[in-house]
Amino acid sequence: MTTQATLPRPAKPLARLRDPAWYQEYGVYAAVAVVLLFNALFTDHFLTADNLRTQLVQVAPIVIVALGMALVIGTEGIDLSVGSTMALAAALLPLYLGYGLVPALLIALLAGAVVGAINGTLVSLVGLQPIVATLALFVGGRGLALVMADGQLKQIVNPDILALGTGSFLGIPLVVLIAGVLALAVAFLVQRTTFGRQIVAIGGNRPAAALSGLPVKRVLIGVYILCGTMAALAGILATARLTASDPSSLGTLMELSAITAVVVGGTPLNGGSIRVLGTVAGALLMQLLRATLVKHDLPDSTAQIAQAAIIIAAVYVARERRSR
Amino acid sequence: MAPTEATPQHAETAVADVVLEARSVSKRFPGVVALDDVSFSLRAGETHALVGENGAGKSTLIKVLTGVYRSDDGEVRVAGAPVSFSRPFEAQQAGISTIYQEVNLVPLMSVARNIFLGREPKNRFGLIDFGRMNRETTELLDGFGVRVDPKRPLHTLGIGTQQMVALARAVSVQAQVVIMDEPTSSLEPREVETLFRVIENLRGQGIAVLYVSHRMDELYRICDRVTVLRDGRHIHTGDLADLDRMRLVSMMLGRDLAEVRREGLTSFDAAGHEVARTPVLTATGLDRRHQLHDISLQLYGGEVLGLGGLLGSGRSETAKALTGALPLDGGEITVDGERIGRPTPAAAIRAGISMLPEDRKAEGIIPQLSVRENIVLAAMPRLSRAGIVSREKQDRIVDIFMERLRIKASSPEQKVGELSGGNQQKVLLARWLCLEPKVLLLDEPTRGIDVGAKAEVQSLIDDLAREGLAVLLISSDIEELIEGADRIVVLRGGAVAGELAGDEVEESRLLEVLADHTPAAKPADHTPETGRKAPAAGQEDPR
Repeated sequence: MTTQATLPRPAKPLARLRDPAWYQEYGVYAAVAVVLLFNALFTDHFLTADNLRTQLVQVAPIVIVALGMALVIGTEGIDLSVGSTMALAAALLPLYLGYGLVPALLIALLAGAVVGAINGTLVSLVGLQPIVATLALFVGGRGLALVMADGQLKQIVNPDILALGTGSFLGIPLVVLIAGVLALAVAFLVQRTTFGRQIVAIGGNRPAAALSGLPVKRVLIGVYILCGTMAALAGILATARLTASDPSSLGTLMELSAITAVVVGGTPLNGGSIRVLGTVAGALLMQLLRATLVKHDLPDSTAQIAQAAIIIAAVYVARERRSR
Repeated sequence: MAPTEATPQHAETAVADVVLEARSVSKRFPGVVALDDVSFSLRAGETHALVGENGAGKSTLIKVLTGVYRSDDGEVRVAGAPVSFSRPFEAQQAGISTIYQEVNLVPLMSVARNIFLGREPKNRFGLIDFGRMNRETTELLDGFGVRVDPKRPLHTLGIGTQQMVALARAVSVQAQVVIMDEPTSSLEPREVETLFRVIENLRGQGIAVLYVSHRMDELYRICDRVTVLRDGRHIHTGDLADLDRMRLVSMMLGRDLAEVRREGLTSFDAAGHEVARTPVLTATGLDRRHQLHDISLQLYGGEVLGLGGLLGSGRSETAKALTGALPLDGGEITVDGERIGRPTPAAAIRAGISMLPEDRKAEGIIPQLSVRENIVLAAMPRLSRAGIVSREKQDRIVDIFMERLRIKASSPEQKVGELSGGNQQKVLLARWLCLEPKVLLLDEPTRGIDVGAKAEVQSLIDDLAREGLAVLLISSDIEELIEGADRIVVLRGGAVAGELAGDEVEESRLLEVLADHTPAAKPADHTPETGRKAPAAGQEDPR
């Protein structure tokens, strides 16, 4: 700690590569570039439109969930219930498709919002720690979903829903388009709206925010509602792609993928800063990494180890920076 | 002379009693030279004051001495032998103990475990000998006038007692040098006395103390010599007795002595203020179980009302109650005759009450955010349209206040956490002033900031009152309270103990009321001096 801390001299270009702050700022983009470069050189048929399309379609739900997670983490919170929320949305979808596409979608999204409202209330009004508060619905949400779906996988034949999963607009898959638009919207929310800046301020120093008259409780509930709603949307899209509602397995471990994307993207877990583009890149990096290893015939277990290494690197870089 | 066996022999021949020395030490950070060729020596058995404005290099020097930083140039010597600590632990091993401003202990562990952390006494089986540990802790703490159960978790003690435990730990590790960084900032007067006794004791044992503090009277009471740093450079070392306060302050500031003398020790204008005739803020019967008892006060436009009292007398609680940050069991608050229905910070801000909180770090700044965002934090809704922030409007406000308060930052986008304490405080003042408040509550506005910034903040308070703002000033610095306030309400035990107005605002009267020497101290809801009428709450026309 001390040896590195004493050295930072005004920047030479190469010296920047030794500065941990640089890695937290740009490391994730550099890593994505490295992975792409590696594949361009050593992997056949990787940089083809088809393959990239597949990768993007696969990563889209993770990106959507991670965006909501980034907001929650920005308030110094965490939401473990996102995977269960996806399952809940998936379970509701076939039950209400009889009323038409739009009501079914709205009901599913509303369920996500309700889950978020419960989480937010437990955190802000009851004062539970986020990890405990959201653990309740992490367990209960999936249980509820299974009860509603009778514990069964249900085939979905509604063509409109299926189009959500497979359709594209101007050559871009709808799922990817939705994730992209949401990323821009969340970036705008964080950077340019009072709500977004209040999220960051509350995460940075909650007593200070409260004394400054910020509506802390309202903002916290709002953040969890956003996160829940986006998780529900991810659940809908994943179901559409699966062409079946599968509440028993849809979204399992999603909370961990989302947290990983956020952390690898450079958002500190102790709040006060939200990196939206970094989160997208973080999700992309994990996806590309796994795809690369799979293409080189390495088993999934290897991919998991590689992902673990990346997470540790990301946390290490963040730690270096904090302790100066 | 307890632990001299650690001293290397060849040092004994040199200037025998220099225990810790820095020779031509320099330390650079990106863009800043924190220490520039500073030499400094500490003799056995002396209490040596280290003073300077914030940013003068005191903390950096301490960190170099204790192995937190490594110097770029120069060397550190312990008992004459050059050392190179790579970790604070090595400095501790060499007999240098440090007590930081914030208590650096383990809150959930017991008092005894904290004292013996890392060097627990072991029994025959190599397990911790709790009996002995607790016994020795009790004995040790007795010497510090602290009587607590050594098995109690540390966090259940008051902050002052925790500081004493930290001190006991630092002293009990066979230190030859004890470095104290603002040790009294969280102590009560009684505890300060104990601390001074302990320092005397250390002096008797030949242990050197390096004492960092902003409080002049403390320095003059217990320190033998003083070293002054300014802008990372060594300015002066010498006996404190040869140096009067004015000269010391002028050296710290780098200002002309005559100038300091002319302006006094604080930067308040000697003349009072034009005070409005109707109160802006009226608080009646504020009550909160165990904390506040029937507190009533009026605050007039254009006056600085001092809120006096000792630690724990309810000053900060009163200020917090006025801003709605502390829920009340009873009482009401009106601003310009309008009652604040359910006091919350947001409602208070809407009514025109702003409060600068006491604890800058915990309740004030948001360190990761920029100067700009910290300034506009509370005003954000006003500087946005349809929930979307307007950079243009923000920049305009931020420019005005950065200039007016002379906030020193590389740009409005610099992170607040990187600024000095004084500049952070100015950023917070800007946050509240840009709300254009009618009432400004200042809780210890100059605590822990350097002398220069202190002077600026004090004259700003003067200016604001002159412009017609109603200011409530809380300060533990008696000079500041007396010279700054037009009127002082004194609290004791969460209730109003008396009020000083006009000529009564002077030190001896204040001390009398504080110390409860006058049982006939004036009643709580006393009307301010002649010429003002006693307003009935809620009856006055808004200004």
